[in-house]
Amino acid sequence: MSDPLADSAERLFAAYAGKAVVRAAEHGVFPQSLWDALIRAGFTAALLPEHAGGVGATVAEAMALLRIAAAHAAPIPLAETMLAGWLLAEAGLPVPEGALTVAPVRLRDVLTLRRAEDGWHLTGTASRVPWARDAAAIAVLAEGPDGPTVALLHPDSFTLARRDRNLAGEPRDTITVDTVLAADAAAAPFGPAQLRAAGAAVRTVQIAGALSRALSLSVQYAQIRVQFGRPIGKFQAIQHSLAVMAGQAAAALAAADMATDALAGGLDLLRVGAAKARAGEAASIAAGLAHQAHGAIGFTQEYELHFATRRLWSWRDEFGNEAEWNGVVGRAVLAAGPDGLWPLLTAA
Amino acid sequence: MQMLTFATPPVDAGAEALRGEVRRFLADEMPGRTPLQRAASWSGSDPAFSRKMGERGWIGMTWPKRYGGHERSALDRYVVLEEMLAAGAPVGHHWIADRQSGPSILRHGTEAQRQQILPRIAAGACSFCIGMSEPDSGSDLAAARTRAQRVQRGWLANGTKLWTSGAHQADYMILFCRTGATEGDRHGGASQFLVDIEQARGSGLTVRPILDMRGAHHFNEVVIEDLLLPEDALLGREGDGWAQVTAELAFERSSPDRFLSAFALLTEAVRALGPAAPERAAVAVGRLVSHTLALRRLSRSVAGMLQAGKDPALQAALVKDLGNTLEQDTVETVRLLVDAEPSEEDGSPPLAAVLAHLVLTAPSFSLRGGTREILRGIIARGLGLR
Repeated sequence: MSDPLADSAERLFAAYAGKAVVRAAEHGVFPQSLWDALIRAGFTAALLPEHAGGVGATVAEAMALLRIAAAHAAPIPLAETMLAGWLLAEAGLPVPEGALTVAPVRLRDVLTLRRAEDGWHLTGTASRVPWARDAAAIAVLAEGPDGPTVALLHPDSFTLARRDRNLAGEPRDTITVDTVLAADAAAAPFGPAQLRAAGAAVRTVQIAGALSRALSLSVQYAQIRVQFGRPIGKFQAIQHSLAVMAGQAAAALAAADMATDALAGGLDLLRVGAAKARAGEAASIAAGLAHQAHGAIGFTQEYELHFATRRLWSWRDEFGNEAEWNGVVGRAVLAAGPDGLWPLLTAA
Repeated sequence: MQMLTFATPPVDAGAEALRGEVRRFLADEMPGRTPLQRAASWSGSDPAFSRKMGERGWIGMTWPKRYGGHERSALDRYVVLEEMLAAGAPVGHHWIADRQSGPSILRHGTEAQRQQILPRIAAGACSFCIGMSEPDSGSDLAAARTRAQRVQRGWLANGTKLWTSGAHQADYMILFCRTGATEGDRHGGASQFLVDIEQARGSGLTVRPILDMRGAHHFNEVVIEDLLLPEDALLGREGDGWAQVTAELAFERSSPDRFLSAFALLTEAVRALGPAAPERAAVAVGRLVSHTLALRRLSRSVAGMLQAGKDPALQAALVKDLGNTLEQDTVETVRLLVDAEPSEEDGSPPLAAVLAHLVLTAPSFSLRGGTREILRGIIARGLGLR
């Protein structure tokens, strides 16, 4: 990696997101010094347009930061803060400081917004909301009387009904809302499908990061672990397993680039869907191979491989799994028909 | 990890304008061709079609104009290649020459060789075959035993080449053989020669057909007995054959023919399933498309890296391994989505015919141009494991 932004991100995460920090976060210790360092570096605002408090980074640069954060298993809501900021900025709302997240994230969860005398009445339940317990505010995409509406929800206006976690120990909480909001609600420029796609795009980028980490750990381990008198990486069976893994890592990186392009322009559901589905499949294949190459040590809590693989196994299901997104892609292709298939794939 | 760097494919508005031009050409040229003919794609040879492409300037696109080329970008060339493959155009006559033999001659050939051969390739009027594999030398190319010995007025070649696709139709073969001692260096003492097949037939070179399991004639055995090769048949430098052949394989492995070989079947599946297909079919078709989009991104990235003068041999191996897996997956996926028993007999429905063609050709996808095992070995070396 040669560009200065990526280099400084590598250094920052190496310094502040070590194993002890990742472990402590799983026991409920929010890594405040890491988070503060991210804010100082401007990374949390990287996806924001400059008029909304952004730092002038491109979408590609923001996604590169996210990929590096994921490679370090950084236990912070960076993706969610970027996503919430993006949603608020798209809707023309101010973006507050601090850790942010979005809701709802599950297909069946709906938050409803009705007009009240003194503002907006927001009600409903949203499950598996990432990092809700740590968020300074939640950007919600609610069903309003005039269609999808974006509103900002502060911690004193929702109840943390259940503290849940994903397989990697990242908070995924249930919130219930029955509150009257002040004026900060605005018509959303899009509906729940686009928010889901944006979520899928950032998870795709994170998968690419965690997968590259699983690959480099596996390659390093194969070079030092000696069995039958030589490093196991000298055995052809192991070499070919790791070559397959490298192929999946490359596919995941390509998917991350596709997702990044889509996020930067128009959020084309076909491309986001293809990216999330391809990355999810890569995650499944590569996580299995990484553990196979590591043997028993990779299965222990002490060794760090699971920081990457438990994230892969979580993120592949969040914001839509492979079946859901491949279904979206397939429907688009079948609707285009045999003569529309290739033009659809090659459209810029 | 450096090997996983795939540069962002450059955006090129000119290449997209060219895409429209190619599509109009294909709309005129392709309607008479059946889905089964389209499935053959670059295995299908049609000299008249190749000449028309040559007239359009779509062969040897990146080569200098003084050799009949057009000095277009690698991405322009990529657009033409992928449009031809997606449509299943019969590009086999010039495919090998355009993909690897021409670039090899451009890089290593003498001025006379370039002037004599490259303009004919670019015109679509000259076909090449690859004289690499032998009876005891397949993946292990360094085990080649065919030998050319220096004699007065040239070289005297003896040996046997095997699995030589298209040797019965080609104008030239690039012959890889031993010219020197190999003791202690398996890669040393090899050279490449340009063999004029028409001239060589009857004076030491015999082409014998080998039918594949479909009954089709692509492969050949090429027997070489005391074939006199003139001095100027040497391609590149004596003893540099191994380095030259390795560079040639990078061209062979990076192009979109390494993931679009089953695209005709995907097209027919979309036709047969229709927009009201069950969810199971949408998911399965969507998966193939998701893989195709990711591969196309990787493959275009390799084209961009070639354009930038980089050496993406490793990236090319990754793309080919992933691409061949997708091609073979396509066959196994589609057959479970449609009610079609594969058959290429006359009168078979298009889907059954294309399926039959691909069931019987798919095993070759992960063999030709470097087996899956060879590619994974290259990737493992890139990872630092070998």
